[in-house]
Formats: sequence, C-alpha cells, structure tokens
Amino acid sequence: MPYLLVLEEALNGIELGIMLFLMAAGLTLIFGIMNLINLAHGSFYMVGAYVSAATFAKTGSFFLALAAGVAAGAVVGVFTEIVVFRTLYRRDHLDQVLATFGLVLFFNEAVRILWGPTALYATVPRFLSGQVDILPGAPYPAYRLAIIVVGLLVAGLLYGLVAKTRIGMLIRAGASNRVMVGALGVNVRLLYTLLFATGAALAALAGLMAGPIFTVDSGMGDSVMIQAFVVIVIGGIGSIRGAFVAALLVGFVGTMGRAFLSPLLATVMAPSAADNAGPTLASMAIYFLMATVLFFRPQGLFPPQAR
Amino acid sequence: MRKTFIAVLSAAFLLTAPALAATKVRIGFITTLSGPAGVIGKHMKDAANLALKDLGGKMAGLPAEIIYGDDQMRPDVGRQLAEEMLERDKVNFVTGVIWSNVLLAIRQPVLSSGTILISANAGPHELAGKLCAPNFFSASWQNDETPEAMGEYMTSRKITDVYLMAPNYAAGKDMLAGFKRYFKGKIAAEVYTKFGQSDYQTEITEIRAAKPHAVFVFYPGGMGIQFMKQYAQSGLRGKIPLYSVFTADETTLPAVGAAAAGNYEAGFWNWDLNYPANKKFVSEFRKTYHYRPSFYAAQSYDAINLINSAVKAVKGNLEDRKGMIAALDKANFASVRGPFRYDVNHFPIENFYLFKIVKAADGAYVRKTVKVIFHNHKDAYYKECHMTK
Amino acid sequence: MRRLRVLAPMLLTAMILLGLALVPPIAGLSGENYTIDVFTRIMIFAIAALSLDIILGYGGMVSFGHAAYLGIGAYAVGILAFYHIDNGFLQFAAAILASAAAAAFIGFVSLRTSGVYFIMITLAFAQMIYLLSISLSTFGGSNGLNIDVHSKFLGLLDLGNPTTLYYLVFGVLLLFLFLGHRLVNSRFGMVIRGAKSNPRRMATIGFPLLRYQLAAFIIAGVMCGVAGALLANQELFVAPAIMHWTRSGEIMMMVILGGMGTLIGPVLGAIVFLLLEDVLSGVTEHWQAVMGLFLVLAVLFARGGMLGFLYRLRGGRSGA
Repeated sequence: MPYLLVLEEALNGIELGIMLFLMAAGLTLIFGIMNLINLAHGSFYMVGAYVSAATFAKTGSFFLALAAGVAAGAVVGVFTEIVVFRTLYRRDHLDQVLATFGLVLFFNEAVRILWGPTALYATVPRFLSGQVDILPGAPYPAYRLAIIVVGLLVAGLLYGLVAKTRIGMLIRAGASNRVMVGALGVNVRLLYTLLFATGAALAALAGLMAGPIFTVDSGMGDSVMIQAFVVIVIGGIGSIRGAFVAALLVGFVGTMGRAFLSPLLATVMAPSAADNAGPTLASMAIYFLMATVLFFRPQGLFPPQAR
Repeated sequence: MRKTFIAVLSAAFLLTAPALAATKVRIGFITTLSGPAGVIGKHMKDAANLALKDLGGKMAGLPAEIIYGDDQMRPDVGRQLAEEMLERDKVNFVTGVIWSNVLLAIRQPVLSSGTILISANAGPHELAGKLCAPNFFSASWQNDETPEAMGEYMTSRKITDVYLMAPNYAAGKDMLAGFKRYFKGKIAAEVYTKFGQSDYQTEITEIRAAKPHAVFVFYPGGMGIQFMKQYAQSGLRGKIPLYSVFTADETTLPAVGAAAAGNYEAGFWNWDLNYPANKKFVSEFRKTYHYRPSFYAAQSYDAINLINSAVKAVKGNLEDRKGMIAALDKANFASVRGPFRYDVNHFPIENFYLFKIVKAADGAYVRKTVKVIFHNHKDAYYKECHMTK
Repeated sequence: MRRLRVLAPMLLTAMILLGLALVPPIAGLSGENYTIDVFTRIMIFAIAALSLDIILGYGGMVSFGHAAYLGIGAYAVGILAFYHIDNGFLQFAAAILASAAAAAFIGFVSLRTSGVYFIMITLAFAQMIYLLSISLSTFGGSNGLNIDVHSKFLGLLDLGNPTTLYYLVFGVLLLFLFLGHRLVNSRFGMVIRGAKSNPRRMATIGFPLLRYQLAAFIIAGVMCGVAGALLANQELFVAPAIMHWTRSGEIMMMVILGGMGTLIGPVLGAIVFLLLEDVLSGVTEHWQAVMGLFLVLAVLFARGGMLGFLYRLRGGRSGA
C-alpha cells in the first residue's frame, strides 16, 4: 500500500511544517513590524524545551510543564527585549545579526550551566504515548497528531487576532507605517513588548512540543531557527499567511525529500551512495527552494502590500 | 594603544604553558562530554578517574594526570583537541575516543608524532587492516565484531527478512558490513540516517510500509534513546522485534526504560561477567558514582590499566616507546572482560556474548548475559595488516 | 589632530605587523611550536576577515555565508591531495578558480536582492555548499578528509615546518593588505564605496553598479578561498564544519569587532577574537557565555569596533 506510506509521510511533513510555523510566526511579526532580525529566536525555542522538560521530570505533570515552558519563553523574551532589543531597533541589520548571534552563544551556554552539558530527554505524556488510526490499518503516533492539532489551533487564533481585533489592526498598521501608529497615540513601546512576548511564547511552545521528538540539547534551536528564517523569507517578511504556507511547504519538501529521494536516486546510482546523497540533498532542497523563490520573487511569495 | 597590544601579545604567551616536567605521565583523553552523547563521556571519564584513583594516582611511581577534551561528536574538534594535547600538553598517551570518525581524524597527527594512541571505544576497520600501526592499540573491539555476533545469533535463530539501519558515518558502515558478514538470511533493506539525527519518524514510517520480520539497528548514545522511544510510540514494538548493538546499554536504558525490555544486544563485556577484576570494578563504580557502569566505562577503565601496565614495564621511562609498545602487546593486566591476547593488528582477540534487556530487582532495566556467541573471536581485517607478532 | 587621524592607522598597522613578524623568533626561544600554530591560525582568519571586510565594510554587502569560500579553498587542496596531486601551485590555482566560480555564481544570484534578503540568500548558498560537502562520501562526507602531505612548491617551501608556513601566511596577509589598500583607494573602490552610501546616485551617474559589486564579491571570495587553502595546509584536515553558518558569523564578528571599513581592523579583530576564545576557554569551560555577552556589549556600546573605540579615545584625549 504505497499510498498509505505517502499519506503518513505527508502527515510527517505537515507536523514538521506546523512546528516551523510556530517558530516563524513570531519571527515574521517581529521582523515585519519592528524591522528586527533576531537570530536568538531559536533560543526561546530552546528555553521552552528545557524548562518544560525539567518541570515535567520534577512534577510529572504535563500541563504544568506546558505552562511553565510557555511562560519561561515569554519571560525570557520580554527580558531580552527590554535589555537588548530596544537599543537594537534603531540599529542596522548588521548590528542586529551580530548582537543576536552573541545572544545565541550566551543562551546556548547558559542552559549548559543551568542543566548540565548532557542532553535532557523529554517524555511524551502517557495519554499521548499511544497511536491513533488515521485510516484503518494506518496507526499514527498520537503525540504527533496532537502537535498538528495544537499548531492548527494556534494558527487559527493568530489569524483571528491579527485579522479581527483592535490589537491586530494596530499590528497590521504598524507593519505598514510605524510612525503613524505612534502618532495615533498608541503606546508603541508596550505594543512591541507584547508582540515580542507572544513571539517568544510561540517559539517556546514549538520547542517544548519538539522536546520529545528531538533531543533537548544546547544549540537545539539553531538549526530550527535557520529553517524558520528560510520560511519567513520564502513567505514574505511580515506576512502570517505567507509564513503558514511557506512553513508547510518547507516541512513538506524536507520530509518528502528525506523519504523518497534516496529510493529515487537508488534507481540511478549505488544504494549506499544514494543513501548518502539522498538525505543531504533533501536538506539542501529547502535552501534551493528559497534561492529559487528569491530569484523570481525577491520579496517572497506574499510580500506585505503597503510598504 | 601600545599597552593594549602588549597586553594582547603577553596574553598570547600565557597560552604556552610553562616548561613541563618530564616526570609525569600525561594522558590525553578525548571523549564527548556535551550534547546528546554527553552521558557516554560521563561514563568514560568517571571510569578513567576511578582507574587512576585505584592506582593511587601514580604509574610506576610517577604521578599520572588525565587531561580530558570534549570533541562534541565532531571530527574537526577532535582533531584540534589532539593537536593541542600533543603540542601544548605534551601528552605521552592519547586515549578515549568514542566515534570512529573522530579516531580516523586524529590518527594522523597522533600516530605520526610517535605518541601511543589507545582507543577506548572506536574500532574502524581501516585501523585494523591497512592503516594498522605499531603505536596504535584497541582496548575495546573492532567495529564489525559485535554486529558479527548478532548476525551469527540471528542466523542461528533462522530469522530472515531483516531491515538494517545505522547512522551514516565510518562506524555505521562497519557495523552493517559486520552484520552482513555472518547473517545468512534475507535482508529487507539497508538504510543509513544522518549522524546525530534525533527524529526517526520518516524512517519508522518506511519500516512499517516494508513489513520486515525483524529490525536490526546500530544507534549509539542519544540516537539510540530517540530511536527506541519513537519505535515504541509508533506501535511497531509489539509487532516487529528490534535487535541492536551499542544501542540499549547503561547509557541509554535509564532514559528508554521499558521501551527496550526484552530486546537483544551483543557485546564483549557485561557487568555480570564473573571475573574478580570485573566484580571489583562494577561494585566500586556503583559505590562511587551511584549509577551502573556501561561497556564504555569498562573499556575506559581497562585503557588506563593497560597504559599503567606499559609504564610499569619500562619502569617509568616514558622515552622508551618501543619498550612500552612491546609491553602493551602482552596485555599484561587484569582486564574486566577477563584475560585476552592481542592480534597482530593490536586489536583484542576476545569473546562476544548475547545479552537480553531485563528488569533488575531495583526496577532499573539492565543487560543480562544469555550466552557466549563467539569464543576468542578475531576481526575480519587482521590479514590486511602489515605487522607481524 | 587631522594628521593624527591619518597617522594613527598607519602606526597601528605597522605595530601589529611588526608584532606578527616577531612571533616565531620569540616563540622559538622557548622551543614552542604551539604559539606559532595559534598565530598562524589567527592570521589565516585575519585574511578571511579582511576579504569579508572588502565587501561588507567598504561595499555594504552583508554576506552571511563567507565561510563557504574558506571551505571551497580548503576542499580544493584536500581533494587534489586525495588524488595525489600535491603540487602547491596547482592546488592554490584550483582553490582560486573554484572560489572565484562559486563567488561569481552566488554573487550573480544574490546581488539581485538587497537588505535582509541578501543576508539570507548568501546564508542559503553557504548552507547548500556545506550540505553538499557532507554528501560527498568519496571525500569523507561528515567524517572529514585527511590530507596526507602539505602543498609542495617545487622544493622551495617546506610547509611542514611551522615557521615556514607561518611566514608564508604572513606574506599572503601582507600581500592582501597591500592589494586591499590599492583596491579600496582606486576608482573601483570609490564606486564600491559609493554604492554603499548611495546606490541610486551611483547608478544615475552611469556606473554599471552590479558589475562592480559582482567583481568585488568575486575578489573577496578568492581571497577567502586562499585563506581556506592555507588552513588546509595548517590542519592537514578538512571537514564540512569549516563552512558551518556559525563560522560565517564568527568571521563577520571579527570584522565588526576590529572595525569594519578599515583594512587593519579585521586583522585586529581576528587577533582579539581568537586569542580571547583561547584564553577564555582556558579559564572557564563556559567561555562561550562570556564570549556571547562580550559580543552583545561590543555591538551595543562599541560602535565602529575597537579601532573606532581607540580613535575616539585618542580624539577625546587630544581634544582635551
């Protein structure tokens, strides 16, 4: 039944895409509205994973771990926003890249100081450790299904927030004309901090959900962060819709490439060489995708209109 | 401005350590102390420290010192560490080394300097065959041997249609080559995954679709923890039995627990082997560190004792490298695996056992020795080695 | 005051170069090769940082994938050595050609974009080359590639001798500093610098801007490729990690730390960055936390890098 295999791999791709979206949503908002490149966004992801894994190990309560992880992400986000980023808003992209690169080094080492150099192993809560039959005879891990559901819920909420509420209106207004929003008498500073907290909390949520799937390890946020950047650049910086589409696209391309590129290559080259080339070509695929998109659409797939 | 520069320059010269006393045994120990495999390094470091403590911190009357380095699972970092140890720390021995790709990367600088290199884990086939060298010894095994034992066992049980998986690096390829050398049944597929990968969902989905009768994997350290957990979460555990080497052991079982119960493993050493040196090692280790030693710990403990046997044989004359190499070749020390001999390529000729993962009295999951698979097993490459006894 | 502004960089350059020239004899006194090795490595990264500064500091092109050329240069040497071609002239020619070709392609595509998109697309290309090197199992893949012998220059130079290698690297650094000086002060350099501050005006004046920028991009790539070839000779080993994105970040850091848009700045930055790394890692295993904070503070408070800081210090003093 190869179609079942394709279906399951497609789900795997969606799951990866959803996690990338949670990372990319905050990144793209912060980028689009505050014009800030934050390489340390992956650190919020890592903080969420560490705090949640540690809380779960201590209390055994999944929901406490969830709350603690998200809260920790938000708190660290607000703290860095006040201490570092407020100064950086006015600087050029180069300064932002470098300062946040320093933050990445700092956070990666800080978690080692706090939790030791060896990786933590997060556990799936018992009620999610089974499987769900997505189709008869096609069981899928319940935990991964839960990630997809949570991710879709958050995406819906976020869309509602940006499209329907007053805050969302300010956010959209801020993205097109920052000075104007300030002139309307809105406390832009507070808006920024709030936005930052939300972005960091979303990243932390992604991290704590990813904890049991990847290892909770110093530096775990780096590769995800790079991929999230790929996502927002493909999607068009500042666009939530773009981030969602691009995240699914990147998750899909990456997973499908990993699953089907090696067997495909094996038909034209030696299997061991194909096994070697397949996965790396699959991971190259997303960068290739980004370079191609930028070549034809230098502003990404969904460039924000009024800029 | 000038002051700044002088300060910078003098800081540079602080790097060059003061003249080193030649009356000290210096052992460079390269292992992984951080990241997903950091727990392996912890086992090795603790065991090496225990061995040195048992020796009273001395070898042939000389004070001995172990300098640890964290290779972060990266060949390039290992290479740099080795060069620092050789040039800055002037070590007499380099040992440790979990990963075959790290060992292959440090081989050239260490061996060409004449320094004695003793692997306390990795055993890539190159070093057992064409690249064998007088000043290289293994305190563990050649990579192919343990999976050879598992291949032999699975053949004897008439298991066929087996799905093979390993990380894509030097040892991964050796492991599957070794398995295939002794396994006579049908092989369903041979899959290599990224070294250090942590999410195996894509590959597990493929296993489900392929419907093999058994799965054989080599996933050391954090890779094993992730694979075994996700294998259980996918629901395949009850359906397709999982056989492994270097995957379910004391570094991974505390995290994996019941998800590995009943699995079979193979290896050259276990905590329950009935030798006095082994009983002493296991009980002392548990008393000192309050956890169970793994084979990584056993190998590191042996490596330090092996070094001690060589230093003692030359009466502390560390310049006498020839004498030390001759002494090492005799393996004249109480190994925790029991007595063994060295082959021409300086790899041990030793037994390989079958283990089963069971629940111990205290609720922990441990490896229990079932039987001997190979007696005095030799690796498949010694004939390619140019050295003779 | 004005004279000081002109003299100070020259004086500083002279002092740094003199200091570097004296490292081997001083280190030789204690019979120590380690220090020579450390400074060889520092100078190689100084070359890489210098090359990045030409496009970053002078041209305003924020390339976040510069380590790729370091890897291309190193792999050019490694792959030829793998096939037993150890002629240094051939190896370095291959490194130069390969990095030039890569830079030409990457530059051609990337320079169509600007701002953050440029940062990201250069990063994407570097990642692709990094992943490509991992997939090349013939040349070791992620295990890395051992290089059996140093580059051979018809018996003229024995790069196995640390001091010889040191002075070769030193010579290349001097050459590139000189070439860089000629370049940035030429008409070509003026155009590149003009493009940074006011691209539209430069274009209306009638300069084919893109072509100038592309040329600068290729020159920087080639210089960095040479640094990679030297690095391969020092380490006799090359692994994909040489091109990891954090390495690109580090090279960029050296430029900013030293002072971008100056020639000696990146050299100073490489010295300080790598020595700091070495000293800190000896003091605490958590040196990366200290380093990270240092970088953040450097960006927040020391604008213009150390050179800018030093000048301000000087300027303030002479004004008082």
